[in-house]
Amino acid sequence: MSKQRAAVVGIGQTHHRAKRDDLSIAGVCREAIDRALLDANMTFDDIDAIVVGKAPDLFEGVMMPELYMAEALGAVGKPLLRVHTAGSVGGSTAIVAASLVQAGVHKRVLTVAFEKQSESNAMWALSVPVPFIMPVHAGAGGYFAPHVRAYIRRSGAPTHIGAMVAAKDRQNALKNPYAHLHNEGTTVETVLASQMLWDPIRYDETCPSSDGACALVIADEDTAKAYSNPAWIHATAMRSEPTTASGRDQVNPLAGQAAAAALWKQAGITSPIDEIDCAEIYVPFSWFEPMWMENLGFADQGTGWKLTEAGETAIGGRIPVNMSGGVLSSNPIGASGMLRFAEAAMQVRGMAGEHQVDGARKALGHAYGGGSQFFATWVVGAEVPA
Amino acid sequence: MRDVAVVGFAQRQMKEFEGSPTCVELLVPIFAELFEQTGWTKSDIGFWCSGSSDYLAGRAFSFVSAVDAIGAFPPVAESHVEMDAAWALYEAWLKIQTGEVDTALVYGFGKSSAGVLRRTLALQLDPYTMTPLWPDTVSIAALQARLGLEGGHWTEKDLAAVAQRSLADAADNPYAIRSGKEGVDELLARPLYADPLHKHDCSPVTDGAAAIIIAAKDHLPTTAERPAWISGFAHSVDQADLGSRDLSGSPSARRAAISANVGGAPIDVAELHAPFSHQELILRKELGLDDSVSINPSGGALTANPMFSAGLIRIGEAAKQIWSGDAQRTLGHATSGPALQQNLVCVMEANR
Repeated sequence: MSKQRAAVVGIGQTHHRAKRDDLSIAGVCREAIDRALLDANMTFDDIDAIVVGKAPDLFEGVMMPELYMAEALGAVGKPLLRVHTAGSVGGSTAIVAASLVQAGVHKRVLTVAFEKQSESNAMWALSVPVPFIMPVHAGAGGYFAPHVRAYIRRSGAPTHIGAMVAAKDRQNALKNPYAHLHNEGTTVETVLASQMLWDPIRYDETCPSSDGACALVIADEDTAKAYSNPAWIHATAMRSEPTTASGRDQVNPLAGQAAAAALWKQAGITSPIDEIDCAEIYVPFSWFEPMWMENLGFADQGTGWKLTEAGETAIGGRIPVNMSGGVLSSNPIGASGMLRFAEAAMQVRGMAGEHQVDGARKALGHAYGGGSQFFATWVVGAEVPA
Repeated sequence: MRDVAVVGFAQRQMKEFEGSPTCVELLVPIFAELFEQTGWTKSDIGFWCSGSSDYLAGRAFSFVSAVDAIGAFPPVAESHVEMDAAWALYEAWLKIQTGEVDTALVYGFGKSSAGVLRRTLALQLDPYTMTPLWPDTVSIAALQARLGLEGGHWTEKDLAAVAQRSLADAADNPYAIRSGKEGVDELLARPLYADPLHKHDCSPVTDGAAAIIIAAKDHLPTTAERPAWISGFAHSVDQADLGSRDLSGSPSARRAAISANVGGAPIDVAELHAPFSHQELILRKELGLDDSVSINPSGGALTANPMFSAGLIRIGEAAKQIWSGDAQRTLGHATSGPALQQNLVCVMEANR
């Protein structure tokens, strides 16, 4: 029994902003959905099932919002699934939607992931103390800063690498009309001059809080073949590990390595840096670019920063990373993972506009969540997978 | 489609549980029970999937610490739905259908006693127009029951008969938190709780967890002498807006039943996730179950309703009926959302 082929044939996203006070929660989803359906040249009537993803419900203050939104999402009369796997959820949601098609159960699936952070306060939503577990009352930055510090110590990376990533991603975002931050004139120097928040993470090395959504239409092989440029799904992989475990390496987590190994094997890739044309990876704090380059197998341990320093992760480099501006430039949390998956698909469809990588034929989408413990990844390609 | 069967089931349902609200402590013995049933270990499981709710826990990422119960080091392939774990079972079943994995362990958990459940669930309504009015679950169910009474769909006696049968059947279920021997007249003589519903017409607030193992043909545990083969599996949703749907019916339940081919052959036993007496009557009609079908021999949700695992428990109870040889074809059902908005049906059979 083998997997049915599936491809992305429609992509839509919102204009991401700190506050979309012109739209309700359902309205944010619809802005992305309507664009995805338009791109796929479909209506809700063509859709067999809906898969929704978002980060914790406390971010908007609505319990299982897909229930109230069922009609707005075009789900009435159809199967509706709601995925939640922390920060990796946008990626996991796309993977679950793909599996509906790959299982041979449905032919055309609409998936949407969103976050409307302005409806509530994510910092507080993340700071409810959990009994019997060590408290981290400093938001995500406070949790991840020690991992960054450990990475710098272990790899011997020069301290300006994080600023290089931030400057690159913010420059890339200027080419993306949907990006939340359009900060003209961001350079390594301006990033290094920004306020230190959680040493060694500076203000300009962090992601914004955004309202936004992303939607995809995923179709079966027969449907996809009618399109001129479907993004074929070559491989998907998800892996999880506990938040804390004796011997767990939070700088280079085993779950991320295992997801990457499974992904490359499934996609028939033996040398990721040579065979992948560009990658959208989940980098909410700039230093996660070199860390994930190692975790994903694009670079040997301790050398990821060298790719960044040599400019190889810029558009035009050996392995362009976060052409859209990445999570550093737009972070509607629940949608952030799907935006990475969507950008990978846009690239191989040749539809990425000013941030298009010339000749991109195979791309990686990546997301992570929790305490660097949940990983979701996919490889999409311009060619039908073998 | 690959042939997939339910081969393991464990549960805990209780009035309230002391100790860790992370539910980790509750899941560990449940997983141990499943491994004992199947003779398997963690490494025999290809995919893990869970269902739970952050709002029930009152904090973000409540499922994250539940992963600790797996002992997921080295890492596992894993996912989570913010839904009843019956839908997590659906995701796991899909995963096996893709051919990527051959086995899966699915679990759900929730500690309803930590808050005021009927008020928490009001947060599922439209946040801009409905939630500010705080219509709670029991009141919405009472409106639904009233509509059915006035529309001639059922009588107060019909509701009491459902409760009476459920309470009597629950006497044999060690996990039920409510049971009783009262007759219909005695139940009707009790005080009203939310007119026209009595307390026995409303499921009790219940803590608990449950887990199921499914496996593809050729990958069954040697202990599975009479596996419960999944022959139909489907779900569907209706709009949430209470004013724009006929609350005395449940079109999504009907559609799920058609997609799962419930009517393709006789059903011996149906475990329905009906948290209110009248909802069982709606479901029986929408799923096309006649009087020959044995309904909820476990006592059903009226006698224990642990949120986010109660639907999965219905599937487990229905599978047990096949394992024991008492039934040939059974049905497990799960619901979610206000007034039966979303429904799932899983049909299982002894023969493959």
